Amino acid sequence: MNTIDLKKIKTISIILAAIGMVSIIIGFLTDVQREWASLLFNNFFFFAIALAAAFFVAVQYVSNSGWSIVIQRVPEAIGTYLPVALVLMAIIILGGMHSIYHWSHHDLYDPNSEHYDPIIAGKQAFLNLPFFIIRMVVYMAGWLGLFYLIRKNSIAADFAPLGDNTLYKKNFRLSAIFIVFFAVTSSASSWDWLMSIDTHWFSTLFGWYIFSGMFVSSLVVITLTVLYLKSKGALPSVNDSHIHDLGKFVFAFSIFWTYLWVSQFLLYWYANIPEEITYYQERFQNFKTPLLIMLAINFVMPVLILMTRAAKQNAKILMILGAILLIGHWVDLYLLVMPGIMGNEASVGIHEIGSFFFFAGAFLFVVFNNMSKVSLEIKNHPYIEESVHHHS
Amino acid sequence: MHIQESSYREPLIIGRKDYKQITDDVCKGVEGKPNKYWYIAFTISFLGLLWYIGCVSYTIGRGIGTWGLNRTVDWAWDITNFVWWVGIGHAGTLISAILLLFRQKWRLSINRSAEAMTIFAVICAAMFPIIHMGRPWLFLWVFPLPNQFGSLWVNFNSPLLWDVFAISTYFTVSLVFWYVGLIPDFATIRDRAITPMRKKIYRALSFGWSGKAKDWARFEEVSLVLAGLATPLVLSVHTIVSMDFATSVIPGWHTTIFPPYFVAGAIFSGFAMVLTLLIIMRKVMSLESYITIKHIEYMNIIIIVTGSIVGVAYLTELFISWYSGVEYEQYAFINRATGPYWWAYWSMMTCNVVTPQLFWFRGIRTNLTATFIISIFVNIGMWFERFVIIVTSIHRDYLPANWSMFHPTFVDIGIYVGSIGLFFTCFLLFARFFPVIAQSELKTIVKSSADHHKSNH
Repeated sequence: MNTIDLKKIKTISIILAAIGMVSIIIGFLTDVQREWASLLFNNFFFFAIALAAAFFVAVQYVSNSGWSIVIQRVPEAIGTYLPVALVLMAIIILGGMHSIYHWSHHDLYDPNSEHYDPIIAGKQAFLNLPFFIIRMVVYMAGWLGLFYLIRKNSIAADFAPLGDNTLYKKNFRLSAIFIVFFAVTSSASSWDWLMSIDTHWFSTLFGWYIFSGMFVSSLVVITLTVLYLKSKGALPSVNDSHIHDLGKFVFAFSIFWTYLWVSQFLLYWYANIPEEITYYQERFQNFKTPLLIMLAINFVMPVLILMTRAAKQNAKILMILGAILLIGHWVDLYLLVMPGIMGNEASVGIHEIGSFFFFAGAFLFVVFNNMSKVSLEIKNHPYIEESVHHHS
Repeated sequence: MHIQESSYREPLIIGRKDYKQITDDVCKGVEGKPNKYWYIAFTISFLGLLWYIGCVSYTIGRGIGTWGLNRTVDWAWDITNFVWWVGIGHAGTLISAILLLFRQKWRLSINRSAEAMTIFAVICAAMFPIIHMGRPWLFLWVFPLPNQFGSLWVNFNSPLLWDVFAISTYFTVSLVFWYVGLIPDFATIRDRAITPMRKKIYRALSFGWSGKAKDWARFEEVSLVLAGLATPLVLSVHTIVSMDFATSVIPGWHTTIFPPYFVAGAIFSGFAMVLTLLIIMRKVMSLESYITIKHIEYMNIIIIVTGSIVGVAYLTELFISWYSGVEYEQYAFINRATGPYWWAYWSMMTCNVVTPQLFWFRGIRTNLTATFIISIFVNIGMWFERFVIIVTSIHRDYLPANWSMFHPTFVDIGIYVGSIGLFFTCFLLFARFFPVIAQSELKTIVKSSADHHKSNH
């Protein structure tokens, strides 16, 4: 980290967060509901990057990966944003409950009320505040607890005697538990926090679709961070093969994301059942341009640009494409959240972009601050030599 | 190129094998005489095949009325068997394409037989739609062929047509991939042959392979291109198969999770079948040095992962059917679990969700007997899964007056059991005449992953 100007990064992130804070205040003064909605999807964007980075670390352990050890400290650092993201998530969800979640209004469940909605009332066993909060606490406790232990062990292993693999073995077990927990909770939390916005609508694929998007965003952020650190000389062991592998991940999971997007869309379009197709109907009518641009960015661009080996190893291409992909997945989240809350009044302005700045600032600050406190190079790992001499 | 491999990784070839011994061990199966187990197994399988031919001929001669289908359940064992076999056919390509991308060296001992299994399973699968046509001699009409019948043309909107393209592409690519890999190994057998007949046959099969650097360079180039083509195929085939159901509006069929969940289920069942076959094959053909307990353990881990994905998908479907608030969706699932086919549903749940979880215990996933039994459970469970999806979703439709059960006739049973005979006949012939391990590829990892080279580090 010596070569990185941490002060500069911190200053930039504080400025970003400050601009964001101001615009959030303005946002609340002008349109409360829109501001809550913007906060939700922007916070989810960065939360997802942190959570999927934790998942990436866990996958490296359970799959006995050798290549990735020299970059593992990067996703580990990105994962440290998780506690901040989750605290913010709790504040936003509980504070903006009635603005964000239509189902949180009590009169929907009262048969004598004029707002009574029999379909939503049928979901009450799941969509009620106490159970919703219990679930949120369970997700958060599991993700935070398990990832905290994994990162702690990984760092502690640096100081263990060389060749001592006890902490590695511990992390292997913890990672397996994390993945099992994540497999259930990543879906369930996306139903809670995102799918329930359009309360009537449902899709069995939704959770996996959200996972694929968060994984792509996270892989992009990992790649960008690695490239940045490498350009500053902070990751001397990272060679073209590591960058190539990250490029392959971004390429492959962009296609996987598209596969899931198409699966969900195609089946609902084909069957054309009213209660299912309304979701897309609304988005196609009011948000056609952003939707199509989003698909072009998230699918067509990585497929065409990252097809060749040379492109996957080219830092400049990865940097530019990565930044565009992040915009693409940001728009995807926008389209998942805003139409359900704001309807055709949704647009992009100070509310949406301002809160993005706030979370981007917080994210950069936390990630780089935590990254600077530990060595960027893992010293004691059974596969470290494979990673240092990695050649694909 | 020297590949640095951590000494922490367990060896993938044991028994201190050098290159010569690997050639000997693999060619032994082709050059020697088969033992009595092979003859017993072949006889049983061949009888199964004869039974299959009999029942298929009977079906073609008398018509689909010989099956147990009725007006409500008009798709049953035929499509169940089709999907079951296609699913089994997924492991080979996953191993040779996706595990290649993930640089999993352990695939090299098992890819050859898994790919062979894939091809035979796809053949078994493809037979079912063809015989279900009633007039199978007209099967070419599934392709969009120019013809003189005016408006006779395939329906491009139908997932059944997409299936035709998906499966024929998959079959072609898998076959070419498998065969290209076999060429250098056939050449080895040719060069070692002592009888003129064998020399002649394997010379023809090896396409004049010379072993020159140029041959190898082309070989590697073709393999890379085919791996690239095969990777999306692993996902596309079962995605399209799932859409045979999911594009409909039938509760229990129409659900968005089907494409990825079918793919996971296919890999799950494919690996179960690979385990079933290889646990026997390694023993009968004395290949324990190459297909080690570690290989079995890795495959068992794939079983846990894919089995758990399938389990999560079951629970997701169950939950969303309730959450949707759609009465018919809800009933479809209540009927599955508690209706007249409850036994099929709970067999599926037990075999697919519960038993694979036993592999969390190291003692079980490294135990051959336990692994073999669980692999059989998964094979059964995945057949029941398709049966549950297909029959329980349609046997009680919107009009209670139409409600019906499905009763298989001896022809249904004969074609299904017989198709297993067809599969094993093919596989046993493969094991007798083809090199069952990709020996020339396996030799590339001797220096990095064989036991005596690892201990030298």
